[in-house]
Amino acid sequence: MKGDSMEKAALAIEDGTFVEGYAFGNEDDSWVEGELVFNTAMTGYVEALTDPSYAGQILMMTYPLIGNYGVCKDDFESDGVKVEGFVVKELCKNPSNWRSQMSVDELLKEYGVPGIEGIDTRALTRKIRIYGAMKAVLATGDYDREKMLKRAVEQPSITELDLVGKVCVKEPVTINEEGKYEVVIIDCGIKMSIAKQLLKRNVSVTLVPYNYSAEKILELDPDGVFVSNGPGDPSRVKDTIACLKKLIGRVPLAGICLGHQLISLALDAKTFKLKFGHRGANQPVKDFETGRVFISSQNHGFAVDEKTLPKNVEVTQINLNDGTVEGLKHKELPLFSVQYHPEASPGPHDTYFFFDRFLEMIKTF
Amino acid sequence: MPKREDIQKIMVIGSGPIVIGQAAEFDYSGSQACKALREEGYKVVLVNSNPATIMTDPEMADRTYIEPLTAEIVAKIVEIETPDAILPTLGGQTALNIAVQLGEMGVLEKYGIELIGAKLEAIKKAEDRELFKKCMKKIGIDVPKSDIAENVEEALSIAEEIGYPVVVRPAFTLGGTGGGIAYNREELKEITSHGLEMSMINQVLIEEGVIGWKEFELEVMRDLADNVVIICSIENFDPMGIHTGDSITVAPAQTLSDVEYQLLRDYSISIIREIGVETGGSNIQFAVNPENGRVVAIEMNPRVSRSSALASKATGFPIAKIAAKLAVGYTLDEIPNDITKETPASFEPTIDYVVVKIPRFAFDKFPAAKSILGSQMKSVGEVMAIGRTFEEALQKALRSLEIGIYGLELKKNIASANIDIVRFMLRTPNADRIFYIKRAIELGISVDEISKLTCIDKWFIDKIKNLVDFENYLKKLANNINNISDLDSEEIRSALIKAKKLGFSDLQLSKIFGLSESEIRSLRKKFGISAVFKMVDTCAAEFEAKTPYYYSTYEDENEVKKSENRKIMILGGGPNRIGQGIEFDYCCCHAVFSLKEDGYETIMVNNNPETVSTDYDTSDKLYFEPITSEDVLNIYENEMPEGAIVQFGGQTPLNIAKKLEEGGVKILGTSVDSIDIAEDRERFSELCRKLNIPQPENGIAYSVDEAIEVARKIGYPVLVRPSYVLGGRAMEIVYDEQALIRYMEEAIDVSPEKPVLIDKFLEDAIEVEVDALCDGEEVIIGGIMEHIEEAGVHSGDSACVLPPQSLSKEVIEKIIDYTRKMALELKVVGLINIQYAVKDNTVYVLEANPRASRTVPFVSKATGLPLAKIAAKLMCGKKLRDLGVKERLKLKHIAVKEAVFPFIKLPEVDPTLGPEMKSTGEVMGIDYDFGLAYYKAQLAAGMKLPEKGTVFISVKKSDREKIVEVAKKLKELGFKILATNGTAKFLKEHGIEAEVINKISQGRPNVLDAIINKKIDLIINTPSGKGGKTEGYMIRRAAVDYGIPYITTISGARAAVMGIEAIKRGKLSVKSIQDYHKELTN
Repeated sequence: MKGDSMEKAALAIEDGTFVEGYAFGNEDDSWVEGELVFNTAMTGYVEALTDPSYAGQILMMTYPLIGNYGVCKDDFESDGVKVEGFVVKELCKNPSNWRSQMSVDELLKEYGVPGIEGIDTRALTRKIRIYGAMKAVLATGDYDREKMLKRAVEQPSITELDLVGKVCVKEPVTINEEGKYEVVIIDCGIKMSIAKQLLKRNVSVTLVPYNYSAEKILELDPDGVFVSNGPGDPSRVKDTIACLKKLIGRVPLAGICLGHQLISLALDAKTFKLKFGHRGANQPVKDFETGRVFISSQNHGFAVDEKTLPKNVEVTQINLNDGTVEGLKHKELPLFSVQYHPEASPGPHDTYFFFDRFLEMIKTF
Repeated sequence: MPKREDIQKIMVIGSGPIVIGQAAEFDYSGSQACKALREEGYKVVLVNSNPATIMTDPEMADRTYIEPLTAEIVAKIVEIETPDAILPTLGGQTALNIAVQLGEMGVLEKYGIELIGAKLEAIKKAEDRELFKKCMKKIGIDVPKSDIAENVEEALSIAEEIGYPVVVRPAFTLGGTGGGIAYNREELKEITSHGLEMSMINQVLIEEGVIGWKEFELEVMRDLADNVVIICSIENFDPMGIHTGDSITVAPAQTLSDVEYQLLRDYSISIIREIGVETGGSNIQFAVNPENGRVVAIEMNPRVSRSSALASKATGFPIAKIAAKLAVGYTLDEIPNDITKETPASFEPTIDYVVVKIPRFAFDKFPAAKSILGSQMKSVGEVMAIGRTFEEALQKALRSLEIGIYGLELKKNIASANIDIVRFMLRTPNADRIFYIKRAIELGISVDEISKLTCIDKWFIDKIKNLVDFENYLKKLANNINNISDLDSEEIRSALIKAKKLGFSDLQLSKIFGLSESEIRSLRKKFGISAVFKMVDTCAAEFEAKTPYYYSTYEDENEVKKSENRKIMILGGGPNRIGQGIEFDYCCCHAVFSLKEDGYETIMVNNNPETVSTDYDTSDKLYFEPITSEDVLNIYENEMPEGAIVQFGGQTPLNIAKKLEEGGVKILGTSVDSIDIAEDRERFSELCRKLNIPQPENGIAYSVDEAIEVARKIGYPVLVRPSYVLGGRAMEIVYDEQALIRYMEEAIDVSPEKPVLIDKFLEDAIEVEVDALCDGEEVIIGGIMEHIEEAGVHSGDSACVLPPQSLSKEVIEKIIDYTRKMALELKVVGLINIQYAVKDNTVYVLEANPRASRTVPFVSKATGLPLAKIAAKLMCGKKLRDLGVKERLKLKHIAVKEAVFPFIKLPEVDPTLGPEMKSTGEVMGIDYDFGLAYYKAQLAAGMKLPEKGTVFISVKKSDREKIVEVAKKLKELGFKILATNGTAKFLKEHGIEAEVINKISQGRPNVLDAIINKKIDLIINTPSGKGGKTEGYMIRRAAVDYGIPYITTISGARAAVMGIEAIKRGKLSVKSIQDYHKELTN
């Protein structure tokens, strides 16, 4: 350990912040851009790195020691690393866990994603808390400070990007044809754990691209339709919103995260960008139906504006930290959705019952 | 759900004296509970026998009973107070056991009292091993294979089936008392028979030894709406097989993937539901097989525990406070998170730092005790440190321990240990293992091998290797430095930054670079490398924190908001240890309360996670930091308070006072120079001569020959001790020259730098202790305490009574006069404690300590005078006359303090009293009669003096004369006396009939058999002073192991007789401390 033998990396943020640290993952003159967001979960970095909802974002973990238990590919939420870049205080070079197959450094190298370590992540987190999520550039190798800072400002914001198309299936894919029920998932960048939760409940799952038409979906004659999570600003995903408008009421419908936002937009409600979002595994959600509080896993930068929801839609769950909408249900039609991630991975399993409610809805339709 | 309106009065049961396994954490949790309940408008009745606690302050509850914690006594209090509910989950195992007993006695039913927090059924399900196992099976959670044994034979056959090693766990004990790991039949027999004795229900569990697996703990909270949250996960650095109280632990868990962590989380939630703990915190322990991830549930504490206190301090989430609120009906989402104020308590804290806890052992006090660690807890305290890297937190914790190291440094014997010894010490769990790991790395043993030998996860070993590698790099750098200007390089600068990020102290670096500590500090400052402070905020900065709770690290941003208020810094006492316990934390807290009253902003610095002082809402600002000059100066420079108080934290802050002053800190109160006069032998003698106050004759010796000469001049017996240690370390009473030579050659290492102090030992003198307040002009005596045990027994180990019982008016006046003179001469501003010996009406001064003493809380509780609070005000410039403080030397009641010892946990140690302090805690007995107060104190200390039966007497020759009167009294009180030949003959000669019983060496049946068969109700045995495994040792040991009341001094025996007399004559009654105090002010 000599200190300076490692490759340098730097992070430039649109407010003019420029910090230097050490590179890992893709160290060869790499350059990535995106919205810098923080996640407060203390475990689950493998799941987060491979979560397609992080497309277009540079992910920073608030827990300072990352990589301790290595990487087990069984924990992947998609086919690879989906974040644009990774920011940590200290990366573990020698992980220790019986399931570990490689280190985070090796994982990021495999997918060509750069990372930076050795910086004051808490200071950056506080900045984001105060000023909101910011655009940033992460570069490794031979970088130019001024160029980075300029680009941090000039790059398009997340509300100007179409990200869903990059992370969803291109053609319909069916998993488990033998299931008792058939569910079509509109894939906006699904986390595999969502599909796994359905499969566990003896459901046949067909993933279709986000821009698959309502007609084609109905042709498949599903028992239910499910809208997945995904990256970016929901209001940009116009095809899916249009499709959902046609599906509402015709088939049991549920959604998670971006899916929840898209359903809300299809109901003519509005969404808005949160200051810095909810990303972590400790968010308290109050469920009005049971009066209970559940600890949920969350990853979203946008939320549904409660005031804009139509009268026949009821808010079933809220976030106790800031009162934002966490769940809604149509009073007449078979439709409900949640903002958080009931499939967990990473995070608590408190809300697995969401999938049971979905099945219940399918059965009773 | 809103709070319950159907209950108005709640009884909180405390945990009693500080013992191994049950320490200050329950003062912290109990105090929080009292505060929380009163905040909600409930009347609180508190019971605790420990006067050194904050919770027994009369302001903390509506009614406070400082009475023995036995079910019978608590039942008496219940009868008077008729509370609606009892909250038993915040006073450790003691409170839980009493609650169970009250249930079994029918007391709860009789008075219609509800247990809140945990019901009897839940307590039983969690505590009874067999029921626990059944519950786990029901919810599909694996447990180690095990079975219950009620005798040794059963234990052996169970172990045959399970296979060795097995863990023996007695049911219903605290801190694993009586438990152990047996690797073979013989060990199993021994541990089982001991364990059966210790168990309240004579049951032990024989359990599959999952030795070497990884150990994790989860802190769980549940409310009446069945919401469950996990507050913190804790990973033990040490593997299964070492009591978690003795393990280095880390928060959060470091080596679990989310998949594995969520499994433990799911299990924890199922367990708390199945066991049925309704509200509040529980601690659940798991073992995880590092080879395949197999998880077994080990145990659950259906109450707030040591780990809960740690988890609270580690995360900022006040578990005890919230537990109390949940117990009265609130749900988690109705309670705000105190730290953020805006978000609710129904969330799971997330942290962005690493927390390391390291236990503090006292093996230096007990050379006979094996420092091998197992399932029975042996540590007496702990420290916690916070850092942004594991290495930083580890090194900060190590220097917080105050064991003469300032990071991961090796003591001489370990630094030179050879590879065979190192391998052996890696295999055998012991208190120094972390140091042997460092040594092993230095010797080139691989991380894999170390991990294999220790069963400690590679991740941790690798971090220690990081430190060793970096230290080697620094040494190489240091070697290349030929003159001071070489230091001014970029390489040195970045090496220093890295070193600080890894937690190296300036002192450590100074040794590596061959510079002084202040030179390193200046160099660092020149490079612009300074500590920054970050907040503990429960949420990893996601929300703004309102409660300023800080730790230092070396990064970019400093979060401290410097206020313009008048502010004062108070330095805490660090880890609990023998000689410095909760009493000092009590004083620090009082300083905070007092200065807050006066409008100061208070800044607390401490590192002991068990304490009230490290509660985020005790002081205005809390810095969870090591108490070294470097760390304190960093905070001081950052806050720039008006001054620092070093008088209240025991020896810890005093030791660094001089360096702090040199570093620019204004020391409030008594000057550093006065402290030096009191501590420096020669300067102190000069002071005594000047004031014409007698001291026992004394001298200093720099060699063996000089020692002999000094002793001859003074005359034997003499008290000898090294000059450089405190708390009576290595102090001995020597009766002749031969013994002196042996002491000088064997026990200590005398040299010109380390002289030996020799005092005339005043045999049979009465020791008296005084706590006094002084503002530099006037002196107020706080209390005069007469020790029960004669001079020669460490003052911290001696029982004492206030007011004094046998001293003449003239002697008391002399003591008061001397105290005033000394306080004024030393220009004390604050507190002073002076110890005297009285012999033949002459009053000798033994020592003076111009600081808060161990007895301050006792005196304050007994007299109602808040000495520490007043002292704090004096130190900030107020005068006694302004405060209107009046002496309270005459009391209507009598208060007795008794010490509590850890002998039961240290099976090899001889349970005798001497000049070296051994006690871990204290209790108070209070009544209107000395005998009753003494009896209560004994009862509270766990020694129920018998009212009838058989007394065994065996005393050393020189004590025979003195025991006659005691024996006579006992006879009159109807006791049968049993004695060995010599003592029996002597008693007979003095007209006292005594039955003769065989000595152990005389064949069987002998006295040991009688003890084991419970044929003896009280043992009076004074040690011969020879040491070693003598007959007396075996008798005393048996007394401890079999729970027979025993007394090892003549004066103790005399007092016991008075106690027995009193209890036979009168009835034990209880009275609240508020009522006692009312009589004083009327």
